[in-house]
Amino acid sequence: MRSKRNQILAVPYVVWMAVFVVVPLLLIVVYAFTTKDGSFTLANFSTMNQYLGVFGNSFFLALVATAICILLGYPLAYFLARSGHRMKGVAMMLIMLPMWMNFLLRTYSWMSLLEDTGLINRLLQSIRFFDLWNGIFGTNIEFFHMINTPGAVVLGMVYNFLPFMVLPIFSVIEKIDSRVIEAAQDLGANSRRVFQKVVFPLSLPGVLSGITMVFIPSVSTFVITKLLGGGMTMMLGDLIEMQFLGAAYNPHLGSAISLVMMIVVLICMAVMNRFGEGEEEAMLL
Amino acid sequence: MAKELIRLSDIVMKFDDEVIIDHLNLYINDKEFLTLLGPSGCGKTTTLRIIGGFQTPTSGDVFFDGVRINDVPPHKRKVNTVFQKYALFTHMNIFENVAFGLRIQKLPADEVHRRVEEALALVNLAGYGKRSVNSLSGGQQQRVAIARAIVNRPQVLLLDEPLGALDLKLRKDMQIELKRIQQQVGITFIYVTHDQEEALTMSDTVVVMNEGKIQQIGSPEDIYNEPKNAFVADFIGESNIIDGTMPEDRVVRMYGRNFPCLDEGFAPGESVDIVIRPEDIDIVPVAEGQLTGTVTEVTFKGMHYDIIVDFRGFKWLIQTTDYSPVGAKIGVKIDPDGFHIMKKSRYSGQFGDYSSYSDEYDELNEDPDTEVDGDEE
Repeated sequence: MRSKRNQILAVPYVVWMAVFVVVPLLLIVVYAFTTKDGSFTLANFSTMNQYLGVFGNSFFLALVATAICILLGYPLAYFLARSGHRMKGVAMMLIMLPMWMNFLLRTYSWMSLLEDTGLINRLLQSIRFFDLWNGIFGTNIEFFHMINTPGAVVLGMVYNFLPFMVLPIFSVIEKIDSRVIEAAQDLGANSRRVFQKVVFPLSLPGVLSGITMVFIPSVSTFVITKLLGGGMTMMLGDLIEMQFLGAAYNPHLGSAISLVMMIVVLICMAVMNRFGEGEEEAMLL
Repeated sequence: MAKELIRLSDIVMKFDDEVIIDHLNLYINDKEFLTLLGPSGCGKTTTLRIIGGFQTPTSGDVFFDGVRINDVPPHKRKVNTVFQKYALFTHMNIFENVAFGLRIQKLPADEVHRRVEEALALVNLAGYGKRSVNSLSGGQQQRVAIARAIVNRPQVLLLDEPLGALDLKLRKDMQIELKRIQQQVGITFIYVTHDQEEALTMSDTVVVMNEGKIQQIGSPEDIYNEPKNAFVADFIGESNIIDGTMPEDRVVRMYGRNFPCLDEGFAPGESVDIVIRPEDIDIVPVAEGQLTGTVTEVTFKGMHYDIIVDFRGFKWLIQTTDYSPVGAKIGVKIDPDGFHIMKKSRYSGQFGDYSSYSDEYDELNEDPDTEVDGDEE
């Protein structure tokens, strides 16, 4: 009786999910295996090998961005989890603050920072930094070319997705009982060993969910590549977008690419989670 | 006399401006089972943490085997700790938990294996090595925590209310188990508890603490039979504490009457606190009684009745196997060895009146969790 009533409570969301998640997914599958006139085909997939470079590029840049997020995010999360209440409050505020601003807006503002005549270059010019630079390296430049490079794209990803790495790691480390750490010290572990053998393994679940939350949006982004990559850096998101909205209009190919991308991402996640479990199991054995 | 192993010399511990430990001096012998006993916030856990190296005293010195160790970090001390809530490593199995300290020392694999199995056998957990921490019961986890500490062959094992989270039956079993382990491995145990019965059951030496000061140090028998002040008398077991005087040696005066007792050495007429244990009072017919009073409350306790008797406004607790109904007039008789005379102290008058009997029981059953917070504040 009771469980039935509780089931009813879930209906609105289930309907929502069905209409806006399950149906579109099915449509993608259908589109991927059909031609314009609706007959079954595998051609969408067989022509895809010409986009291997884009696939490689996407996964590579997303991987780099994720790695940078770990390198920046883990120490920050560790430090914050160990600091006092006030510090935590202020730092969390600062980390969350950019997220109150629209994603597009944030990325646009990076454009004006990175442009050849952008804020950074103008600042460097005004302090005559390039004279110094040219004097030392014998070059003759008047600005750093930053925008429309893969580096700028990675920067955009890191900037936008870093909080998603910091927050899960922070919350996992914060929950580690201080007595467990004391126990490790008590058993003879110095601070390096305590980190290595206790804190880091216990924080892995946070790292894994951080990776998931950074890698997936990174691999499929197209706004960041468009704005900061200037079309020079083509990623999967751009490719797919072109098939639906761009000149290359071909939703069937776009669906096929989406499908393949989803499957590759799913495989990556499965492998990683397996690796994570394996890590824990290795400890257990 | 056993060899002295640890000495705490004039230790003061302050958190902010609150004094947690107030000029504490204590030495601990090798192979001794010593218990720090006291109520919430008395400084016992802090004392243990100072020995373990997790806290540095504001002033005073800690000596281990004659060497000052104030500045030695925990991982370099020859002591191991069993933590209150076990603090096991949940990402490792039982074997790896116990092996942790040995792996840090980088011992060869076969020795690690042998010693871990030995330690697990010692705590009756042989064959549990492959299990995960969460698959064990509280009592088993506690034993893993003991094995994890003992496997390193420390000279001293510190135990911070290790049985606090267990139920009564398991706690009793573990008390016997711990005593057995201590005798078997022959090392010093320093045990922190707020449970007086636990302290009396296991210890060679009991240190009763209150408000950051040591109230009394002695064997369990001494502490129980010869409490030094009203606080100790009240905290260890049940006590009726009555105001009185000592007109002469071996005579004590209360309720306007003289009673024969065994104590001597007080100034003639000195005011004293008189401790009478509830089990040392015999109930007799009114005509034969040294004192007469009225029963106001009777509680059945299984082995005996707890009865509260009003003697001219001051309520006593008497433990007896004879039932007396509420309202009955009874006489009581106390043998000379039933009186214990204490000098007046700052605790005089605060304890030993059973007018608010039930409250007192609540106080004794306080949650050990609040204890820790209190100590660390």
